[in-house]
Amino acid sequence: MEIEVKNLSMSFEINGSHLPVLENISFSVAEGEFLTIIGPSGCGKSTILNILAGFITPEIGAIYLDGQRVKNLQQVTAYMVQKDLLLPWRTVLSNTILAPELRGEDIKRAREEASNLLENFGLTGFLNSYPSELSGGMRQRVALARTLMFKRPLLLLDEPFGALDAMTRFVLQNLLIKVWQKYKKTVIFVTHDIDEALLLSDRIIVLSARPARIKSIYTLKSERPRDLASLVKLKKEIFDELKEEMERVFSNGKI
Amino acid sequence: MGKYKKSGILILIILLIWEIGVRVSHVPYYVLPAPSKILITVVTQSPLLLKHSFYTLTEMVLGFLLAFTTGSLLAFFMFKYPSVEQAFYPIIIGSQSIPVFAIAPLLVLWFGYGLNSKIVMTALIVFFPITVNTLEGLKSADPDVVKLFKLMGASDYQILKKVRIPAALPFILTGSKIGISVSTIGAVIGEWVGSKYGLGYLMLHANAQLKVDLIFAAIFYLTLMGVGLFSIVSLSEKLLMPWKRR
Repeated sequence: MEIEVKNLSMSFEINGSHLPVLENISFSVAEGEFLTIIGPSGCGKSTILNILAGFITPEIGAIYLDGQRVKNLQQVTAYMVQKDLLLPWRTVLSNTILAPELRGEDIKRAREEASNLLENFGLTGFLNSYPSELSGGMRQRVALARTLMFKRPLLLLDEPFGALDAMTRFVLQNLLIKVWQKYKKTVIFVTHDIDEALLLSDRIIVLSARPARIKSIYTLKSERPRDLASLVKLKKEIFDELKEEMERVFSNGKI
Repeated sequence: MGKYKKSGILILIILLIWEIGVRVSHVPYYVLPAPSKILITVVTQSPLLLKHSFYTLTEMVLGFLLAFTTGSLLAFFMFKYPSVEQAFYPIIIGSQSIPVFAIAPLLVLWFGYGLNSKIVMTALIVFFPITVNTLEGLKSADPDVVKLFKLMGASDYQILKKVRIPAALPFILTGSKIGISVSTIGAVIGEWVGSKYGLGYLMLHANAQLKVDLIFAAIFYLTLMGVGLFSIVSLSEKLLMPWKRR
């Protein structure tokens, strides 16, 4: 599965004024690649994911899936965001099997598979608990299990660990890498955390401040699990780029 | 039952002050009877009170069910079709400023002296909290969850059944609790305006004969029914929403 995004442009009408959000965004994602999009907050990172998932339609631009032009990537996409979006009235197990249930698949088999997955994610003993009984990290692990049960090759992850404390986030980042390697998923990951991008990605796209353009692209070759200490130079480079963008916004008095 | 202990003690204290107050001040029993006298009436007149209670209870329950059905259906259509909401919602809000007393005689005129006018009366009062809360509840589903469901390929029906209705449930039950609590008002007012049965009728009758102890006994039965019905709704809340229980 190969994805190509060409010349995406998008603007919103807010209170009658025209607000350009994306400007000529083009990139491609190879099968099995872990691509991270990083940018200053409010730059339009999530808008890109929302376009790919089919929640909004871009004004200009085209999306190609294996060379075929498609409207969006909804059919191949599983999606996870910062909020866990677990249904409070369903147990952990029942939340996890949502996608197969909605598709009308065999519930018993889905339950078995989800149980195994949840146990591998360290949730043994919590299968019949309600989300309100879990910690934030556990809830996000359930959300990741639910995302995998979509059984779709592309994972669109929009700051999935953004609301977690540093330690829990680190654990979940490692879990995500293992999952990505084991299930051979293609990942497009949005974050504003440089460390997270460095630990996880094959490639990092740095976006400018709004309207977002692609400012630069970094390729990372080192084996995972990675040691941040060895990536200090790269971190400084990306940090300076983002800082420059933030300063540009501040000097324009937009914030 | 431990959580009701403090209310129980408070009620006992009030009754005690009442009892002593009446005995010390020699207020005539046809103005304010002592609780002990009311209690005697509650027990000795129980066949009469139970007969009329049953009639009032029927009005309350049927009125509530009528309001629940029409209210939740209207809320659903208001949710589904914004033009229905725009048309109905202001009228529903506005209708609340009409005092129920004012229309009670009309209802008797239209629906007769019997059970029907009281059921409609009760339904009119119960309708408002149920409709408004159900609409609020249907709207309360997280739009991001709905987005996620759409991405999973869910149909509108699946989203309604698996997201919107469960999300609305706490609201519907809150509306029902308020509704069942005020259902006594509709039933009693309906009976005051024109009836030959029911606790409201009994109270009017007792008032005319200066049987104030019987009025209080009727209020006692009315309260008991109100609390009883409220407890049933509360219990169904616990059964329907096990995720809130733990």
